[in-house]
Amino acid sequence: MDFNLMVEISPLLIKAAWITIDISVRSLFFGFFVACGLVFLQSFRFAPIRWFARGYISVIRGTPYFVQLLLVFYGGPSIGFRLDPITCGVFVGAFNIGAYMSEAIRGSIESVDSGQAEAARSLGFGRAQTLVSIVLPQAAALMIRSVGVLAIVVVKNSSLVSIISVVELTYQAQRLIGSTYKPLEIFTLTALIYIIIVYAVMGIIELAYRRAMRYTTL
Amino acid sequence: MSTENQTDTPDTPMVEIRDVYKRFGDLEVLKGINLTVNRGKIISIIGPSGSGKSTLLRSVNHLEVIEKGSIFLEGVQVNRPDLKGLAFERHINHIRQNMGMVFQHFNLFPHLSTIDNVTLAPRKLKGMEAKAAREWGMELLNRVGLAEKADVFPNWLSGGQKQRVAIARALAMKPKVMLFDEATSALDPELVEEVNLVMRSLAEEHMTMLIVTHEMGFARDVSDWAMFMDGGVVVEECAPQKLFSNPDQERTRNFLKKHLQG
Ligand SMILES: Nc1ncnc2c1ncn2[C@@H]1O[C@H](COP(=O)(O)OP(=O)(O)O)[C@@H](O)[C@H]1O
Ligand SMILES: [Mg+2]
Repeated sequence: MDFNLMVEISPLLIKAAWITIDISVRSLFFGFFVACGLVFLQSFRFAPIRWFARGYISVIRGTPYFVQLLLVFYGGPSIGFRLDPITCGVFVGAFNIGAYMSEAIRGSIESVDSGQAEAARSLGFGRAQTLVSIVLPQAAALMIRSVGVLAIVVVKNSSLVSIISVVELTYQAQRLIGSTYKPLEIFTLTALIYIIIVYAVMGIIELAYRRAMRYTTL
Repeated sequence: MSTENQTDTPDTPMVEIRDVYKRFGDLEVLKGINLTVNRGKIISIIGPSGSGKSTLLRSVNHLEVIEKGSIFLEGVQVNRPDLKGLAFERHINHIRQNMGMVFQHFNLFPHLSTIDNVTLAPRKLKGMEAKAAREWGMELLNRVGLAEKADVFPNWLSGGQKQRVAIARALAMKPKVMLFDEATSALDPELVEEVNLVMRSLAEEHMTMLIVTHEMGFARDVSDWAMFMDGGVVVEECAPQKLFSNPDQERTRNFLKKHLQG
């Protein structure tokens, strides 16, 4: 292993890692709104709206993220939908993870004991107030974990946007290999940076979870 | 008929249950139940598990939607098939503010401190100010003997303490009637008495109560009227002294034989 080379190129990779983080954070941020939208649509009484949301989630879950990305980036322009690579990465990332996240959010809301809502209703709370004051605060704690798992998926998925020439971590690694011909060193370093990002995310999730669960005797 | 005109006039109906039917799918759970609970009276409902006691109690505050019949709180109809959507939502929320319910598994809000559990409803629903709410909450916690636990989360409390907080929470809205659904069934035997004591204190203050219970001795002591349910019908109802020692019905006797020796 050429350690000198690894030290030498690490600033370039770290710089590219910020693009990875940037794309991931923005995907998650917008993905959260997509997810909330999907949860909301699924609460409609009018069935076709629910079917639309379910259908969308099924399509996203049933197809590879890679294909979704290629379809939007290369297929989009032929119907006039043109996005620059980074925006496309964020856009597809958000709409992809939003589908999974909506399931995670729904799951955490549903896993709050139904006795909680009943107790609130028995006191005279309305539906919305029960959701906001009683159910969501408890669901939030569970959500942190399940959404946290998805945050890690987003970080790892982001390496796929290298295919549409976004100079994030993976693409930068490939470029450096093109000029140095040292794939072992460079990919090892790249993997190491991903691990650091992923474990940092996991650490943040765990802290947030513990904080949200302060009220339990765990 | 009495013509006295005191505030605790014994014969004013607080809760009236008239010919109530309820089914879950093919299962008929309540088959024409009638019951009147007068102001300040305590009614105990006993019966084997699955006989529909919880369903009846939950129908009173509309946690279960009945199919047929009607329920009244102080003459105001609780179930209103004529009201839809938001109009019904407003109606029922208002009704429920006047009924306290205590659940077998407490259902305290685990993310709120004990005092917040008690004061959430008066703050959010009656707009009570934080300071006044805290005083009111402390008064109620004091009453159930848990003032020192005000700022603790429910998960740190014993089952008996949780249930006492749950009673305080239900009392916080100054309900006209309290519904107890096996309030002591989930408790370790040594914790039952502390909850019973709180319920007895409510009885002394002439709170109107509808109590579903497995505690025959307690039911006999506190209640003014006792009702034995089985298979979704009222098998027998009378004064508790009679029901527990000398019931008319064979089914009641069999049930009591099993449960009094427990
Ligand atoms: N939500 C429900 N869905 C279907 N069946 C129910 C539901 N709640 C209660 N039941 C059934 O109704 C019957 C009466 O239940 P319940 O009122 O809880 O009885 P009890 O409180 O006397 O033990 C039981 O057979 C029970 O399984
Ligand atoms: Mg029951």
